[in-house]
Amino acid sequence: MNDLNDMFFQECDDLLEGLSSGLNNLEDGGGDAETVNSMFRAVHSIKGGAGAFGLNQLVGFAHALENVLDDVRAGKLTADETVVALLFTAGDHLSDLVDAARHGNDLPPEQGASILSDLKSVSGATHSGSEPGGDAAKEEPPAFEPMALTVDGGLPALADMLSPVESEPLTITFKAHPQLYANGHDPALLFRGLEGLGNLTVEADLSTVVPLRDAPWSTPSLSWKITIRPDDLVDEAAVREIFEFVEGLCDLEIGAETAPPPGDADSVPALAAPSPSAAPGQATQAVAAKNAPAARSSTIRVDLQRVDRLINLVGELVIAEAMLRQSMDEMPHSANTGVDDAMSQLKQLSGAIQERVMAIRAQPVRSLFQRMSRIVRETSKEAGKSARLVTIGDATEVDKTVTERLVDPLTHMIRNAIDHGLETPEQRRAAGKDERGTVTLEAAHRSGRVVITLRDDGVGINRARVRQIAQHKGLIRPEDDLTDTDIDNILFRPGFSTVDAVSNLSGRGVGMDVVRNEIQSLGGRVTLQSEPGAGTSVTISLPLTLAVLEGMVVRVADQTLIVPTSPLREMLQPGQARIHTLCDGDRVLALNDELVPITDLGAALGYRADPVSLDLQFLLLIEGDSGHRSALAVDTIAEQREVVIKGLEQNYESIPGIAAATILGNGKIALIVDTDQMIPVPGKGSAVNRPVPGVTGDALHA
Amino acid sequence: MHENEKDSKSVNRVEIVCFTVEKQDFCVEIAHVLEIRGWTSTTALPHAPDYVVGMMNLRGTVLPVVDLSLRLGFGKTEAGERHVIIIAQIDEKVVGFLVDAVSDIITVDEAEMQAPPDVLSARTQAFIRGIHTVDDDLVRAIDVRAVLPQGDRVDA
Amino acid sequence: MTRILAVDDSKTMRCMLQATLVDAGFEVDLAEDGVNGLEKLKNTDPDLIITDINMPRLDGFGFIAGVREGKQVTAVPILVLTTETGEHLKQRARDAGATGWIVKPFDEDKLISIIRRLVV
Repeated sequence: MNDLNDMFFQECDDLLEGLSSGLNNLEDGGGDAETVNSMFRAVHSIKGGAGAFGLNQLVGFAHALENVLDDVRAGKLTADETVVALLFTAGDHLSDLVDAARHGNDLPPEQGASILSDLKSVSGATHSGSEPGGDAAKEEPPAFEPMALTVDGGLPALADMLSPVESEPLTITFKAHPQLYANGHDPALLFRGLEGLGNLTVEADLSTVVPLRDAPWSTPSLSWKITIRPDDLVDEAAVREIFEFVEGLCDLEIGAETAPPPGDADSVPALAAPSPSAAPGQATQAVAAKNAPAARSSTIRVDLQRVDRLINLVGELVIAEAMLRQSMDEMPHSANTGVDDAMSQLKQLSGAIQERVMAIRAQPVRSLFQRMSRIVRETSKEAGKSARLVTIGDATEVDKTVTERLVDPLTHMIRNAIDHGLETPEQRRAAGKDERGTVTLEAAHRSGRVVITLRDDGVGINRARVRQIAQHKGLIRPEDDLTDTDIDNILFRPGFSTVDAVSNLSGRGVGMDVVRNEIQSLGGRVTLQSEPGAGTSVTISLPLTLAVLEGMVVRVADQTLIVPTSPLREMLQPGQARIHTLCDGDRVLALNDELVPITDLGAALGYRADPVSLDLQFLLLIEGDSGHRSALAVDTIAEQREVVIKGLEQNYESIPGIAAATILGNGKIALIVDTDQMIPVPGKGSAVNRPVPGVTGDALHA
Repeated sequence: MHENEKDSKSVNRVEIVCFTVEKQDFCVEIAHVLEIRGWTSTTALPHAPDYVVGMMNLRGTVLPVVDLSLRLGFGKTEAGERHVIIIAQIDEKVVGFLVDAVSDIITVDEAEMQAPPDVLSARTQAFIRGIHTVDDDLVRAIDVRAVLPQGDRVDA
Repeated sequence: MTRILAVDDSKTMRCMLQATLVDAGFEVDLAEDGVNGLEKLKNTDPDLIITDINMPRLDGFGFIAGVREGKQVTAVPILVLTTETGEHLKQRARDAGATGWIVKPFDEDKLISIIRRLVV
């Protein structure tokens, strides 16, 4: 049952996503009949599944929401702004209820009470009689429409029907209408069902049978008289239940033996039964009309672990291939071009396999963006702002891990944008802007990377104020000559917050530095542009795959390290560089007219003390996202190659200055340098605290 | 004694892997042990506590190796050919424990595990779950979660 | 062996039905909506059909009507399984040719006993 449970919640996620995308459609005025229909079905399916699992709270709420959608679908209710807003809120609450149910909880009833009553009042007019919940579902509804019955003498009162009859023999007269057969019923099966209830005699009344040559095939002419002496505990209701589905499709009379002989039934004239072809005729139209929406693309669900195992294996393949190449290179040159050709073919194949396999993990950012629309709604409500979310490039595919890990940073960025970026409706009106602010979330593939941009059309960054606060907090010196970009980037500095009293919304103890760290741990970069009065945009650029990286293999203090090539701008041979030593002992590289700080990689990572001389060192000039540059001093540069990224956090923890690890051709592990952390930020030393070599600590026992 | 125990009513039978660190007997539950490997060289980690020897490559998995001797408060192990690494899985993490030698795999009754005696140093004590008596020898059960490297990164 | 075609757009519901029906000794085919159900019917000849009402592409009413149109003489019993309790919907389903009606969440025993009552 657990599997079913999991399946249900997985399905709920898909359905909620569908609901949310439908709502967005509706909000943009693009919702056609099928949009509302599919939203209705989504909620309906959630309700159905929830009922099966006895999740009554969920059933009740879904039912209320479904009713509103039903009204919209039927055109009884116009999906105006108020209704759409209510649907959004209700969709969010439904999602909360699903989440709660997933963890085996109910939500406190007061939490959704107002939404529920709003839903009910909106749909109240049309659904007043219909009660939600398992209770309604458990009630056995009367079978088919009683009004359709054509029974001579009418039905006994309901009370009589339900009251047990003391094993009195019952007489049943039964004459099938054509529709009864057409609907898949079989009198013989009905009698067999009766047989299970007691002692049965069945007589066919042949008097109404017309001569064969006159017999219209569609008009059955037999009728039966059945006498049943029910077993103990079987009452008339049980007998009636047998005929539950055929009521209205036959002439039926059930009575005690003592009742007047139902001879009348025999004389019931053959009814002008609906022509059996009528319904199918309508159906053909229905089929044609409903066939219009495009067929779904065929997909399978695969356990993510299976994909990851495959990805790991492919990673191994790439490493094995590198090892093979390395040992071949070490062999005496055999002039065997056949092997060389095969090797390059192998390399191509393994590269192609790797690419395809990584594509399996890719998924559209749509669901991520949809989660953000909720954040926009909630935050703007809390902040008293009016905002809408516009998403562009929903279909852009990104590694699943990336979409998952972008949730928190994006949430925070959006809260920031609305809380700090957007003005109040009054301010916006005064500034001649639309009262409703727009937050745009855009995803695109650009030169081998995924670029996600969050834009708002708010006030932009108040640079004077940022500068003032940064000075006040000692992050910068008054005399620092800072460009606009430099100032904007202060927002990413740890401990910076533009709102003195930490805002309830975007505060929450996190700043943009946390956002940047998270993005960087994904191998990404964050940049920020702002135009006063026009808004701010934050751009996140991420590698397409988290699996491989192009890097420079270097040696420092007897360690082999990888420096990613993407931030690498230039490499300088020993003696090639003009190095100056500043008064505080820091060394800088004179490059054109710029002085670039030099960081010895070995010292920055605590492998050794700062070397006395850099005369024999190679310098790698790197440039960070902020535009700041730094020169990394290393002992030797071995080669440039593609390396498979192996996370350190899975089995250990993150290490300052190190982004990840990789396995070299010889099976040894090399660490990949986090170059951004090697670039000193203005007004501060290197981002990496330099430990005193040899000193260790143990927090547990310190 | 193990044969006798099979007849007893105890239900908490566990298999343990016994090993030596600094000539003393320790053990971990076999449920944690993935495999036992000979010593392989590791890659040193910056900013790591001293007892984290470095990272090793186990068929493509990158995992840290903990010098149990140093971790338990004894001296640093000068690892060489004769040392072994016990590869253990603890919750989601896979970790290697550098020990002197693995001596035995035996079945004990978890219910009969005794509290660790006070003679151990405070540091060692913190990593010991209890004591098994095996053929008159005392074998200390390592608290694998406690010995994991946790949050004790060296930050200058 | 009695063969049943179950049509429901919810994977969860399909699996629950399958589990219930297979346990009861039926052979089960599954379809995810009306269109898919009609396709399945080209290759299978079930003794009974269970269908949901609210489904994409082709809903239960259309599906039932489609079945009835295809096979008039040996009318296969069609059970509608849905959360809907509205009378007019039931009437619509019956007009389309439904044999019976069961309300979700279904009681397994009741479902099975109804099925046994409808198949030879």
